[in-house]
Amino acid sequence: MGFEFKYIVESIPSLLAGAKLTWYITILGIVGGLALGTVAGLFRLAGTSAVGGESHGIFRIVSYVGQKFAVGYIELIRGTPIIVQAMFIYFALPMLIEVAFGVKGIRFNALTAAVITIILNAGAYMAEIVRGSVQSVNKGLVEAGMAMGISRLQLISSIIAPIAFKRAIPPLGNQFIISLKDTSLFIVIGVGELTRQGQEIMASNFRALEIWSAVAVCYLIMTSVLALSLKFIEKRMKTV
Amino acid sequence: MNPVIEFKKVNKSFGKTEVLHDINLTIGKKEVVVVVGPSGSGKSTMLRCINGLEMITSGELIVNDICLPRQKRQIREIRKEVGMVFQLFYLFPHMTARENIAFGPKKVRGASKAEANDLAEDLLKKVGLSDRGDFYPSALSGGQQQRVAIARAMSVKPKIMLFDEPTSALDPELREEVLNVMTAVAREGITMVVVTHEMSFASKAGSRLLFMDEGRIAEDGDPEILLKSPSTERLKDFLQHVGY
Repeated sequence: MGFEFKYIVESIPSLLAGAKLTWYITILGIVGGLALGTVAGLFRLAGTSAVGGESHGIFRIVSYVGQKFAVGYIELIRGTPIIVQAMFIYFALPMLIEVAFGVKGIRFNALTAAVITIILNAGAYMAEIVRGSVQSVNKGLVEAGMAMGISRLQLISSIIAPIAFKRAIPPLGNQFIISLKDTSLFIVIGVGELTRQGQEIMASNFRALEIWSAVAVCYLIMTSVLALSLKFIEKRMKTV
Repeated sequence: MNPVIEFKKVNKSFGKTEVLHDINLTIGKKEVVVVVGPSGSGKSTMLRCINGLEMITSGELIVNDICLPRQKRQIREIRKEVGMVFQLFYLFPHMTARENIAFGPKKVRGASKAEANDLAEDLLKKVGLSDRGDFYPSALSGGQQQRVAIARAMSVKPKIMLFDEPTSALDPELREEVLNVMTAVAREGITMVVVTHEMSFASKAGSRLLFMDEGRIAEDGDPEILLKSPSTERLKDFLQHVGY
């Protein structure tokens, strides 16, 4: 019973289907997580000198409330395992909705629950990356922008964001890869992603060595694609 | 005299540390006010209060007819008319020299890209850097960066220019080129407030000299007279220390 390639060849169609689903969840997670993480990360800093200091009137209230929400969200996600988050969203959230609002029968399918989980999870970590990279922008540059009389939005979009973004690329790449690998945990809510496909094939032919090797290679290829594309973006960015 | 900046009983503290004590000061149009004094005397803080980078703790500060802190929501209107040059230049590192200068006209004055670039070209010429427009700040010397920074501050045609120790981070040779540009700006008739240790600039281009000590304006007068015959021991000491 040596290493037999035919088992790998046989498993390719199912593994590819699994990889496709893994890729799909990951991309949605990265895009959604980046959007959520940017908003949460900026709100986390609302009112601080890193983003131009205190605001006035209604914006002051919005930034205060936003900051509290952002802190709560980040701590909640960072403080709980992603498996528990997936289980909660898939199994417990429908019950919570029923108890709290009396609405019965709301249930996400497993894939939707997986996508929501990965977005929420990646978003929290990315929020901290956004916060760190924004805080790393020299305060003098922020003041130079403020001193020109531009709006806060212009300050963030034209000065802080381009400088912070380049610095955020390496830790973001790290998080992209972590999120991709985290999708394997959705095996627990029955999403047919790559790991689950591998597990199912393995259960039918017991070729653990061939199948898990093939699964590992599939993950390696996908994480390499992520890493290389980030490297490409980083190279294309202007010198900061 | 037409006042453009007016400090009325201004105090500023950081926590429990009082940095400015009861500052009363009126600066008129086209004045070139040079502020000197030992470190920690409140010069930079006073300057930074003018464009609201620091908010005063008490008193009133009227800049271009807007009164702080009462009208602090209109701080942007002040900043649009007040250009600032920093000790460490703070050019935007992701923009070329030309883009740095064109940024203000585009964002603050709503100029088109072509208009802004033309203006940037003019200003680059004025500060003697026509051939450096496409360079990123990291590829420029300190003196060149500071000259671009002056052009950036002037790009929106401000009524007031603030200089916060603009030559302190530069080698002696590079100071000269920056001081020359500043002298040229002074001749254009823009109101200037300059915090510096360059006494030569004070006597050459300044129309008024302020000596600050421990958060107060200790001397206020004609640079020629104050520098030639300082009336107080404190100023005499200080001038000796800076080697004037």
